[in-house]
Amino acid sequence: MEVKVIHQYKNNGYNIVLDVNSGSVHVVDEVVYDVIPLVEELQNNGCEDEEIKGRILADLKDKYAAEDILDAYSQIVELKEAGMLYAPDIYENYIVDFKKRETVVKALCLHIAHDCNLACKYCFAGEGEYHGRRALMSLETGKKALDFLVKNSGNRVNLEVDFFGGEPLLNWQVVKELVIYGRSLEEPYHKKFRFTLTTNGVLLNDEIMEFANREMANIVLSIDGRKEINDLMRPYRGGQGSYDTIVPKFLTVAESRKQMNYYVRGTFTRNNPDFAKDVAHLADLGFKQISVEPVVAQPSDDYALRPEDLPALLEEYDHLAVELLNRRKEGKGVNFFHFMIDLEGGPCVAKRLSGCGSGTEYLAVTPWGDLYPCHQFVGQEEFLMGNVDEGIVRTDIRDNFKSCNVYAKEKCRSCFARFYCSGGCAANSYNFHGRIDDVYELGCELQRKRIECAIMIKAALADLEGEDKVK
Amino acid sequence: MKRIKTLATRDLKESMKKGGCGECQTSCQSACKTSCTVGNQSCEKVK
Repeated sequence: MEVKVIHQYKNNGYNIVLDVNSGSVHVVDEVVYDVIPLVEELQNNGCEDEEIKGRILADLKDKYAAEDILDAYSQIVELKEAGMLYAPDIYENYIVDFKKRETVVKALCLHIAHDCNLACKYCFAGEGEYHGRRALMSLETGKKALDFLVKNSGNRVNLEVDFFGGEPLLNWQVVKELVIYGRSLEEPYHKKFRFTLTTNGVLLNDEIMEFANREMANIVLSIDGRKEINDLMRPYRGGQGSYDTIVPKFLTVAESRKQMNYYVRGTFTRNNPDFAKDVAHLADLGFKQISVEPVVAQPSDDYALRPEDLPALLEEYDHLAVELLNRRKEGKGVNFFHFMIDLEGGPCVAKRLSGCGSGTEYLAVTPWGDLYPCHQFVGQEEFLMGNVDEGIVRTDIRDNFKSCNVYAKEKCRSCFARFYCSGGCAANSYNFHGRIDDVYELGCELQRKRIECAIMIKAALADLEGEDKVK
Repeated sequence: MKRIKTLATRDLKESMKKGGCGECQTSCQSACKTSCTVGNQSCEKVK
């Protein structure tokens, strides 16, 4: 399979060239945009400098003046020599060796309650119970989980614990006591816990907010956007919508956290392919940290995204990118999680290519203490890895996840986005293909578009702010 | 004529030398639980 080392595209008036393996991003004029792929092809065919010049002049002579073509070529060569264009992929052995390192556990998703006070129609947890029984995690089991984490975390300092569900506020007393217990482990074991909470907000009150604002590094607040969209998919068990209950509470949370370290997080489905309106609605309500992501559902679900929906969804991301830029220009900027991209301080290449950590660094814990590779595998017995008493018993499952990286996935090898999605979600792959080392194609298409939009926004902001980031 | 504007980016090749400490956030512990997004995670060392 031919692996292209350049990804180039036009978006919102920008000609963008991503040098995949170095991570360099170039905004180029039309001449360079046309010359770059020709040079790549000629280089791949073994052509030398003079031959390349001759060929590109011949190919583009009807479109551009010869001096412009040669000038563009010389600037391209300059970047190539600086390692910022046509950089080769030199990471495979490094990543394979990296993944051979001894496994440590650094993050747990604690299923503090397999129960829920909402009945969201798309819930992968099946209205909170993960297709099993309703249950709340006991304090004892929670403490064992934190002990397991500390014991298996090696020399990692930062440990992450997400209080997840179902709805974790149904078991709030245990959440609080686990935070206190976790803090008591920090000094003696030289660890730092980062607690996070994912909630539907129904039970939020002043006491919970005060505690959460003090102890939780991040809070994820579930809401889908416009009232009719939210209430269609996120009703109470009796059928009435949740929007009116949660919006005032979420606004209080956002303000009390000074509009930082939280997300309102929504899911879009086939019911709202115009999801940019939901992002805009959340922004208009006053939220500054917003995440809205595509539903993952079985093809038989009537709300599932289908391949034929793709063109409209891709276009919607473009609309959203422009909308967010306009808001920024008007001084009303908001942060959209899936367009965030940290070009300067982003992750190292090991993080980018080695996978999300599910089944190895990251595990989910059920209310009764069973361990699964991640929250999405909970309830699928073939992925039961062990429990908080005995630790990981099925090391074969862990080893399967350990060997999962972008080089183990044929479809990722040729995809420019592999440096930004780390090979995608193992659970999505399993749901669609029955194996963890494949990909969920529709999700990949959307991911690629999000990355393109994110980079375009960076280019536009560099223009807008006149930042001196242009070399 | 300047035809190419290069945005400031982290040098991925360089990040092999000191990368891989594992202290950064797990992607699913942020604001996504159904997709994998690592490109927007911050490095603990260059924060």
